[in-house]
Amino acid sequence: MATARRGNRLERNDRLVRWALLVVAFSAVSVLLVITVFIVGQGAPIMFRYGFKSFLVGTDWYPSEKLFGLWPMIVGSVYVTLGAMIIGVPLGLSCAVVLTEFASKRVRGVIKPVVELLAGIPSVVYGFMGVVILVPLIRRAFGGPGLSVLAAAIILGIMILPTIISISVDSLQAVPPSFREGSIALGATKWQTVKMVLVPAARSGIIASIILGMGRAIGETMAVIMVAGNAAAVPNSLLAPVRTLTSNIALEMGYAAGEHRQALFATGVILFVIIMVLNTVANVTASRMKGTRR
Amino acid sequence: MRRIDPRAEQAVAGAVLWTFTALTVAVLVFIILFVLRKGLPALSWSFLTRNPVDMGKAGGIFSTIVGTLVLTAGALVVATPLGVGTAIYLTEYTWGGPVTRVIRFGAECLAGIPSIIFGLFGFILFVTKLKFGWSILSGSLTLAFMILPTIIRTSEEAIKSVPPVYRTVSFSLGSTKWQTVTRVVVPSALPGIVTGIILSIGRSIGETAAVIFTAGSALRLPTSLFSSTRTMSVHFYILAREGLSMPNAYGTAAILVIAILGVNLLTYYLMNRFIKKYS
Repeated sequence: MATARRGNRLERNDRLVRWALLVVAFSAVSVLLVITVFIVGQGAPIMFRYGFKSFLVGTDWYPSEKLFGLWPMIVGSVYVTLGAMIIGVPLGLSCAVVLTEFASKRVRGVIKPVVELLAGIPSVVYGFMGVVILVPLIRRAFGGPGLSVLAAAIILGIMILPTIISISVDSLQAVPPSFREGSIALGATKWQTVKMVLVPAARSGIIASIILGMGRAIGETMAVIMVAGNAAAVPNSLLAPVRTLTSNIALEMGYAAGEHRQALFATGVILFVIIMVLNTVANVTASRMKGTRR
Repeated sequence: MRRIDPRAEQAVAGAVLWTFTALTVAVLVFIILFVLRKGLPALSWSFLTRNPVDMGKAGGIFSTIVGTLVLTAGALVVATPLGVGTAIYLTEYTWGGPVTRVIRFGAECLAGIPSIIFGLFGFILFVTKLKFGWSILSGSLTLAFMILPTIIRTSEEAIKSVPPVYRTVSFSLGSTKWQTVTRVVVPSALPGIVTGIILSIGRSIGETAAVIFTAGSALRLPTSLFSSTRTMSVHFYILAREGLSMPNAYGTAAILVIAILGVNLLTYYLMNRFIKKYS
């Protein structure tokens, strides 16, 4: 009798727990929703007031004169991100291929923790390294202020390496060993196997890693502020200073008020939309990879 | 078209790949060594235990260490139950389906959101709308949201790797689902879950953009949840950007890098133990 009652209580608890966990499990989704609501809620009205077009393609950013053209920052973010991809993708993919296919177990045991460490270093430290080493180097080699598109691209290129490497390694490792063995058995060299079998088989994961790396590059703030020079004008060369969407927010958030602050939130909206699109694309590609594997 | 000798191609490709890999490793080693070499001389017991004087031009970094620890602890207190709970729900209470997909998509999107967006959001919701001001509370909550996806993902992996037999045996002994989860699954997955928490500590320590707009940059020792504080990263950023004191900036950078090294070593150690246990 007593045990039966105890059993009932436990079952009821179990049901309660299930509901409680369901609520908790929606925390991440709710946070995402709340963030969306607040960023869009703060940023969208001013975009409607001045018109989307003047925000997106206006070239003048003079908040005190109520000129809120974000075009230089959008172009700046695109340039810097493309530069980062040009540097980060070949390095990252090479590292991933070496880690999974070429390196001995011992070498892998050294490289892998090093790469993970790279992911943990705070972005301000990267920015600082840019300021004390990279920027003077660029200034001496090419002239100009050194604070430039090039400096930002190089720093970001290094910063996205861990993202690209870890996800590419995962997807290369997920290729069934039989693919590898089959290719080698047909007389292909290791490189031919990598080029013609493994990379195509892991394609979706590799693409996802590149897109996520792109997202990181666009979203990075502190390191970019420190090395990019931050002039709110479309850069005309690799050595010209540049301001990205993220730096635009961080530089002026400290003192902005009224419409100026709203315009910064509008910058946030544009950034947010770009990131969500990239995330969704990466998500879809990555899940397609899982789909074909099964 | 002339065919390239596959073996020559292999040699060239291998050389290029190894060069790039070596370059990557060299960059990292260089960063660590550079920061430590410049920063270690600035470190001393008094640097760690004295408060910053004159905006950080002189004195130590004690209050920023306290600020970092308090903010990180606050973030963990909020994010750990939510993250681990989500992971338990995803692995133990549901099997695929649209609800899981929505939750997972939400977590993955959250992971991709840049820290500056978290900073904007925390500023508008916690600092202004809820009137917490620039405070430890605002900063901790913002950080908690930021590290939530990391905790969810690592806990999920950890719980998934607990062998199904453990659960079957527990059920066959007559325990309920919740008993199985709390007494069998979570304890077995604990090292993996702790790894995720340590990784999040690393992220919180290094974060700047999300913290500077929510916790502010006061140099005093915090006295309550509502006092503003400055973390080491923010302090370092301000020192370096405004050129206040290079030796102090390098010193702070060295502490940051040492902290991250420690976090990584600990993670690595725990991970290896965890993997050994189940393979």
